[in-house]
Amino acid sequence: MGNKTPLYDEHVAAGGKLVDFAGWDMPINYGSQIEEHHNVRNGAGMFDVSHMTVVDLTGVRVGDYLRYLLANNVDRLKDSGKALYSCMLNESGGVIDDLIVYYLRDDFYRMVVNAGTHDKDLAWLDQQAAAFSVKVQERPELAMIAIQGPEARARVLAVLGPEARAVAEPLKPFFGAFAEGDWFIARTGYTGEDGFEIVLPAADAAAFWQQLKAAGVRPTGLGARDTLRLEAGMNLYGSDMDETTTPLESALAWTVAWDPQDRDFIGRQALEQQREQGAGHKLVGLLLEDKGVLRNHQKVVVENNGEGEITSGSFSPTLQRAIAFARVPRETGASCKVEIRGRLLSARVVKPPFVRNGKAQIDL
Amino acid sequence: MSNIPVDLKYVKTHEWARLNDDGSVTVGISDNAQEQLGDMVFVELPEIGQEVTAAEASAVVESVKAASDVYAPLSGEVVEVNEALADSPETVNQDAYGEGWLFRIQPAAAAELEELMDAEAYELFLASEAH
Repeated sequence: MGNKTPLYDEHVAAGGKLVDFAGWDMPINYGSQIEEHHNVRNGAGMFDVSHMTVVDLTGVRVGDYLRYLLANNVDRLKDSGKALYSCMLNESGGVIDDLIVYYLRDDFYRMVVNAGTHDKDLAWLDQQAAAFSVKVQERPELAMIAIQGPEARARVLAVLGPEARAVAEPLKPFFGAFAEGDWFIARTGYTGEDGFEIVLPAADAAAFWQQLKAAGVRPTGLGARDTLRLEAGMNLYGSDMDETTTPLESALAWTVAWDPQDRDFIGRQALEQQREQGAGHKLVGLLLEDKGVLRNHQKVVVENNGEGEITSGSFSPTLQRAIAFARVPRETGASCKVEIRGRLLSARVVKPPFVRNGKAQIDL
Repeated sequence: MSNIPVDLKYVKTHEWARLNDDGSVTVGISDNAQEQLGDMVFVELPEIGQEVTAAEASAVVESVKAASDVYAPLSGEVVEVNEALADSPETVNQDAYGEGWLFRIQPAAAAELEELMDAEAYELFLASEAH
C-alpha cells in the first residue's frame, strides 16, 4: 500500500479506482474518465491533489534565493499573492521540476512542486538555501483540492464561510491569498478552465470535500486531469520534460526570464549557449488526421528531417480526436507521420492549447 | 461483480465467443475486460476475409487509458466486423456481449470452441486473477 491523502476514504466511498501515483494511492477515475472530463469542461469537478508538495520559503533573502534558483524571475511578482509558473533547472539547463511559486511577502513565498519529484526537489531546495539563509519548510500536514470548470468559482463561493468567501471572491486569475485557519485559496489550475486550488489543513479536507460534493462539484480522477491538461496545452513533468531536456526544447521558452541580463540563475549559461546554437529539437502539438489514438513514446517521422517522439498522447474528449505533444527535429514543418502498430499515420503540427475555457483553439 | 452470460465461452485473455446457428462464431471482450480498460475511444478491427489464429492478436481496442490487443479465441476466417464501432466505440462499454461485439469468424475447426472456458470456469479464473 502507498501513501494515503486525507481524502482517501472519500475516494473509496465514491467508488474511485485507486492506482499508484508516485507512491500515493490515488483515484484514476470514479467510473468514467470521459464523463469526468466533460463535466470539468461544462460544469465543475474537483481533484484531490494533496499528494503534491507544498513548501514554504522564508527569510530576508528569499527573493535573492528564488532569483538564483528559478529560470523565471520572481521580480515579475509585484503584488502580494501573485503566482508564477517556472522551471527549476540544473547547471546543464535540464529541468529538475516545474512549479508554481506564490509571492506573499518580501520574506515569504509559497511553492507547490510535483509529487513524483518530492525527494530530489527538497534536497535541491535545501542545498541552494544555505547560502541565502532561507528556511525551507515542507507542509505535509496540508491537503490540497483543485476545483475546476466554468461553474467551479460560483460553487466554491457558495460553500465557503463568509470570511473565506471575502478572501476568495475578489481573487484575480493567478492570485492566491490566505484565509483564516491556515487556508490558502488560489485562482489557479491545470485544466484550462477557471477555478480554485485550495490548500487547507488535512483535518478540514474531508468535510470541505463533502460540502463541495453536496453543492454539485463532482469528484474527478487523475485520468481526466491528464486529458484536461493536455488539451489545455500544459506540460507534464516526467513526460514532456525532465533533467535531460531544457525549457527551450520543451515549449517552455516563455517561462525563461532572460532579462535582466545580469541575473544569474542556475542553468542560465547552458540555456544561453543552447539559444545561440539553436536547440536541435522542439516540442509541438499534434493532431492526428487519420483514425487512431496517439500515445506516449510513439515514433514520429518527419520527411527528410529525421525522427521524434510523442511525449504525451491521448484521445481528446472535447475534440473527439487524438492529440499529443511531440518532441521533433527543429526543422519540422506543418505535418509529420506517427508510427502506430507498424503503420505511418498522418498528423498535423499545431500550436497548443487545443482547448481553452471549453472551446476548441485549433481547426479540426 | 462482472456480468458473465452462461451461453458464451471465454478465454483467459478476456474475450468471449458465441456460437451462431449458421456455425459462425461472434467474438467480443468480456464485461470485466471493458470495465478494466475504461472508456473506449477507438477500435481497430480485422479485415473481412482475413485468417485469424487462436490466441493471436486480431483486433485492438483503445480506451482513453491504453491500447489493448484482442486475441482470437479460435482460428478461422473473418466473415463480418462490427462497423458501427468506428463511430461509437463506447458501445463496447455499454453492451459488451450484445451491440458491442467485435467480429464474426467462420471457425476452421468448430471443436476448438468446446475447449474454451464456460461461464463458471471464467468466473473462477477472474476470482483467481483478483488475488
